Amino acid sequence: MPTRWLPSLGLLIVLLTGPFSPAGADTVRIGVAANFADACRELIRRFEASTGHSVTASYGSTGKLYAQIIHGAPYDLFMAADAHRPALLEDKGLAVSGTRLSYAQGRLALWSPQPEALNEPERYLAEAPFERLAIANPKTAPYGLAAQQALSGLALWDPLKPKLVRGESVAQAFQFVASGNAQAGFVALSQLQVWPDKSGSTWLVPQSLYQPITQQAVLLARGQDNPAAHAWLRFLRNDQATAIIERFGYSVPD
Amino acid sequence: MIETYWDPIWLTLKLATTTTVLLLILGTPLAWWLARSRHWLRQPVAAVVALPLVLPPTVLGFYLLLLLGPNGWVGELTQALGLGLLPFTFEGLVLASVIYSLPFTVQPLQNAFSAVGDGVLEVAATLRATPWQRFLFVAVPLARNGFLSAAVLTFAHTIGEFGVILMIGGSIPGETRVLSVAIYDHVEALEYAEAHWLSAGLVGFAFVVLLSLYALNGKPRTGVIR
Repeated sequence: MPTRWLPSLGLLIVLLTGPFSPAGADTVRIGVAANFADACRELIRRFEASTGHSVTASYGSTGKLYAQIIHGAPYDLFMAADAHRPALLEDKGLAVSGTRLSYAQGRLALWSPQPEALNEPERYLAEAPFERLAIANPKTAPYGLAAQQALSGLALWDPLKPKLVRGESVAQAFQFVASGNAQAGFVALSQLQVWPDKSGSTWLVPQSLYQPITQQAVLLARGQDNPAAHAWLRFLRNDQATAIIERFGYSVPD
Repeated sequence: MIETYWDPIWLTLKLATTTTVLLLILGTPLAWWLARSRHWLRQPVAAVVALPLVLPPTVLGFYLLLLLGPNGWVGELTQALGLGLLPFTFEGLVLASVIYSLPFTVQPLQNAFSAVGDGVLEVAATLRATPWQRFLFVAVPLARNGFLSAAVLTFAHTIGEFGVILMIGGSIPGETRVLSVAIYDHVEALEYAEAHWLSAGLVGFAFVVLLSLYALNGKPRTGVIR
């Protein structure tokens, strides 16, 4: 009968979860907004080397991580892609109040794989010589909202609306452009920083055209007694960390 | 307000109906061949048909996005034919759903055709029924439960499709924003009430579909889909 493997499954779970509580060094579990994944991996490497603590990071969209957290996901810390959801968690008493930290500010970029396409970006958008323009979903993704604000600011939101395709996240918007299915798209500068093909053209959208994409971290209730979680929050403020964050295409708010 | 519910529901029903009709047309000869042929290609083809059962939908979606895009050979073909590009269109979703739901049409039909057996078909042949008549007037009536299962499963499976559509759809309201994607968007936007309405509706729908399938098809007390 198939129930025979159940005990060994139980053993496997014990083996996998057992070694997670060494004595001196602690482990911090972080839910990280997917757009920050590359920068975060670098931060973790530096953090683990300098403090001896270890970090277990789960990457996902801010909305999904938020839903997981309010339903008891075992994270000590939440690094969101916006400031809204950390504040909501604070209101609900699921985050430790006063620990919210703006660790990065996202920068919106218009990107086309064609080399010369964006020499005059505003004219490019106005003349719209493309079939599809990719954005992240403005309702769910901060970069999508920023793209909508930028297009509205240029009075181009309504005329371009029929040509827009929405990715569920800025990662998918990027994928639509990278696969050639959209000729251009609003993506995150941080994505372009790690994209190996530099032959396309990019327009760094002026920050006056959209509300700042402030990404906040917050200490969650279940991490409040975890020294590693506190150490991680302190680490995010130090120069080493901010240099890494900037190198990956974010600005760091003061 | 009512459109935000109705648009994705209507689009999903349209997609599922189109897919089911197309798949019954395409899947019937394929299932017949798989059930009757002794060709060496039979097993490789059966394996290809079953691939969507095993592969994560994101794999299918990712490859479809590349294949149907301007640099993929299907994309080059559709452009050369003047059809434009298929990602982000309803037609693209139909194509994706046909591939994704293929095993749900072919396998019940194949089982039903296998169960018809050689005997009755040989008897029909001795009565001078042509191969076409043997298929149409002997095999199809005997396999009618297979057709029902295939249609219901294909329809239901397409309604529940998510990963593939998320990858190639682009969430365009009224065009590619089907029910499952709408629910996903609502959850992401913290609109849990809307998500609940649509999700609870889907749960109820799926239960009714499966219940009627068992009632139609299963022997009493077994409940096995055949």
